Amino acid sequence: MNRLKNRSLVSITDYGKEEILKVLDIAEGFEENQRQKILSDYVIASLFFEPSTRTRLSFESAVHYLGGSIIGFASADTSSVRKGESLKDTILTVSNYSDLIVMRNPLDGSARFASEVSPVPIINAGDGANQHPTQCLLDLYSIRKTQGTLENLQIALVGDLKYGRTVHSLVQALSLFGATFHLVSPESLKLPSGVKKWIKDAGLEYFQYTELADVIPFADIIYMTRIQGERFPDPMEYEKVKNAYVLENKMLEKSKESLRILHPLPRVNEISEDVDDNPKAYYFQQAKNGVYVRQALIAAILGLKE
Amino acid sequence: MKNKRTELKVQAIRTGTVIDHIQAENTYRVFTMLNLEKSTDHVYFGTNLESKKLGKKGIIKISNKFFEPEEISKIALVAPHATLIEIRDYEIIKKQQVELPREVHNIVKCVNPKCVTNNQEVPTQFKIIRDHHGKLKLLCRYCEKTMSMSDVQFL
Ligand SMILES: [Zn+2]
Repeated sequence: MNRLKNRSLVSITDYGKEEILKVLDIAEGFEENQRQKILSDYVIASLFFEPSTRTRLSFESAVHYLGGSIIGFASADTSSVRKGESLKDTILTVSNYSDLIVMRNPLDGSARFASEVSPVPIINAGDGANQHPTQCLLDLYSIRKTQGTLENLQIALVGDLKYGRTVHSLVQALSLFGATFHLVSPESLKLPSGVKKWIKDAGLEYFQYTELADVIPFADIIYMTRIQGERFPDPMEYEKVKNAYVLENKMLEKSKESLRILHPLPRVNEISEDVDDNPKAYYFQQAKNGVYVRQALIAAILGLKE
Repeated sequence: MKNKRTELKVQAIRTGTVIDHIQAENTYRVFTMLNLEKSTDHVYFGTNLESKKLGKKGIIKISNKFFEPEEISKIALVAPHATLIEIRDYEIIKKQQVELPREVHNIVKCVNPKCVTNNQEVPTQFKIIRDHHGKLKLLCRYCEKTMSMSDVQFL
């Protein structure tokens, strides 16, 4: 039975362990053989109500490798949305022209609403500050691929843990797999208590740090994120921490052989360029994995792979 | 004796509903939430009355009014200990403890200005949950943010 068929993906928490592993397994098949033209009879709509070039290109690439057709828009400026059309009307209209809708929208919760009104499945490609589940799945894919498992890993999350939605989703998903979380952030950007509650409810442990160096020796995964200046109410506070977490190659000397460094990209200066040639740097491959994962999701939801 | 005197402070009604055991500090909130300032029937309002259960309590009596389930959910959100007493011809015909619903539909506004429910025609929907301190919170079905009871604004 294909439990993913015809189901929208709005939040990573919509999926249990079984569904996550299913997507990752299908993605592996696409990594082995990316050009499978199973989508040649299908039309995918890509509705980006706000620009996000990387995510959009990654989805478009996935559809093209599968031999599908893609329609849509890359920003709300060029669409009927600008004329004041409601989200519901846009979704109902476009669902007539397509088999599946990939949607990015700046409003929190817009993807859940779209999935309720749409007769075709929706894949959430980011709804405001809320969810970005395909990013989470490609992070999980990258972790499993580099560590051979998702179970019981030492995961270090570094940077803006307060506002970084990719971090929140990753914590929720990895809580299904028994991780230990090492949370490195400035005092003002600690992981919100609601997200920590996920860890506790799963019976797992977390440890909090302010120094990046403290977690390097034992981490299996270091997940770096950007610290954005506009998050700080006080610019002085930002100045104090903005360069607190810059990963440099020499800092990795005492790290585990199996350590891999991830980053949702784009990076600004959190990872110095001298890390790029270190075999432990994995962030560009991570972005590539996003295409396999998106191929897998589209194929599973349309019932073409199980 | 004490109880009797408390009763006398607020006049009896012939037919209608008494909302008893409102936490004193929330009495006015219940009053405004139910739009009672617009009521054309008799409404009696009493607060800071003595209560064994709550210390200080409020009572609201409304003539010719019986509440619908949706209104009772609203009352439960603001006054989770409240008792509703329905009266006809000075006789109590029904007495019930309000019950906190598991979900509330389209009666509360989401506190998040970027939530789709505040920007599109979307009926709101919240789950009632308790946080790790046991405090009541509302979890928005759409933006997945939680809000405290003190942030609740009714639609
Ligand atoms: Zn909301």
